[in-house]
Amino acid sequence: MNTFTYYPGCTLRTKAKDLDTYARSSAEALGITLEEPENWQCCGGAYTTAKDEIATKLSAVRTLNAAKEAGRPLVTVCSACHNVIKQTNYDISKDEEMAAKVNNYLKLDEPYTGETTVYHYLEMLRDVVGFDNLKKQVVNPFKGKKIAAYYGCLLLRPSKALAMDDPENPTIIEDFIKAIGGTPVIYAQRNECCGGYITMEDKAQASKRSSKVMDSAKEQGADMIITACPLCLYNLKKNSGSDLPVYYFTELLAEALGLKEANNE
Amino acid sequence: MNNNLKEQVLRSSGVNVLKCMRCGKCSGTCPSYDEMEYHPHQFVYMVEKGDIETLMNSKSIYKCLTCFACVDRCPRNVEPAKVVEAVRLAAIRKQGNNHLIADSIPEMLDEDLPQQAIVTAFRKYTK
Repeated sequence: MNTFTYYPGCTLRTKAKDLDTYARSSAEALGITLEEPENWQCCGGAYTTAKDEIATKLSAVRTLNAAKEAGRPLVTVCSACHNVIKQTNYDISKDEEMAAKVNNYLKLDEPYTGETTVYHYLEMLRDVVGFDNLKKQVVNPFKGKKIAAYYGCLLLRPSKALAMDDPENPTIIEDFIKAIGGTPVIYAQRNECCGGYITMEDKAQASKRSSKVMDSAKEQGADMIITACPLCLYNLKKNSGSDLPVYYFTELLAEALGLKEANNE
Repeated sequence: MNNNLKEQVLRSSGVNVLKCMRCGKCSGTCPSYDEMEYHPHQFVYMVEKGDIETLMNSKSIYKCLTCFACVDRCPRNVEPAKVVEAVRLAAIRKQGNNHLIADSIPEMLDEDLPQQAIVTAFRKYTK
């Protein structure tokens, strides 16, 4: 039995409940136990790369340290949480000055210097469950469905910190799509930004970015597009003007595993 | 030329602007290129010259999406987004210079807007 410390993050408890609940039910069905740490805090949504920003990095370190104290690897589903936590973990393990400052603030029983292994849920499927094993447990395959994987920016970059996949030619979501019986669609914009938080600042720019992504997927014949990020889902659905359906990858996973009523129409 | 500000941006970003060979790949790959008055390669060059206040007063600092495309694709590992971040922080850390204020949030809300958008915008635009 594999047990992970599971960090849902703010949005998965509110606007992105589908991303969370299907992740939980699917993990259980795949023999993975997810344990949520007590009193977790919001990751902040974006990693601040500035070296003179310390306070904004502390909540991610608290989560990383909770996993360390539990003696378990940490898994996240939201792309933004994953990005913030992995970048924090990378920097604290490489940058002694940052580690010293963070630990001066936190005064933990034992200083945290990057000991926790961080997985994205997709990495857990690939590296712990295995896509071959996942395939064997699929009861409702997405036969004949052309599915476009949308990586966006946060899952892959900066690649030296995220270290999930090849940042320009990723395969992890396409391999996931194959495992659940679908046909992956490759398109130019799959690892370009949806506009992200610019939707708060400039709707026109968010609309321009997200419609580029959706049009690119549609031109390549996609029936649907999948993402791991609540903000990508929002931009692609609300700001693109496209009618291509957008889903969380966990929803398809749960459906493939027979945990959700099949609606493969 | 403002040496204090230049020093601050260099230290905060951790970027060695002298590594830039002016190939322009960062700006070529930037999804916000059309919206920016100064583009990523110009941030690097202008910080090298110490022309920081021009950048701090430009709306360009609020157009970066932090997508890290320029960071990953720079052949010299200059990491231009870190320079943009440091200049934006220098701007919003000034008293009364927050770019997003809490009072303006309610009118931006819609039923689907994820919390993630709000917290990220605050982290980027406000101190």
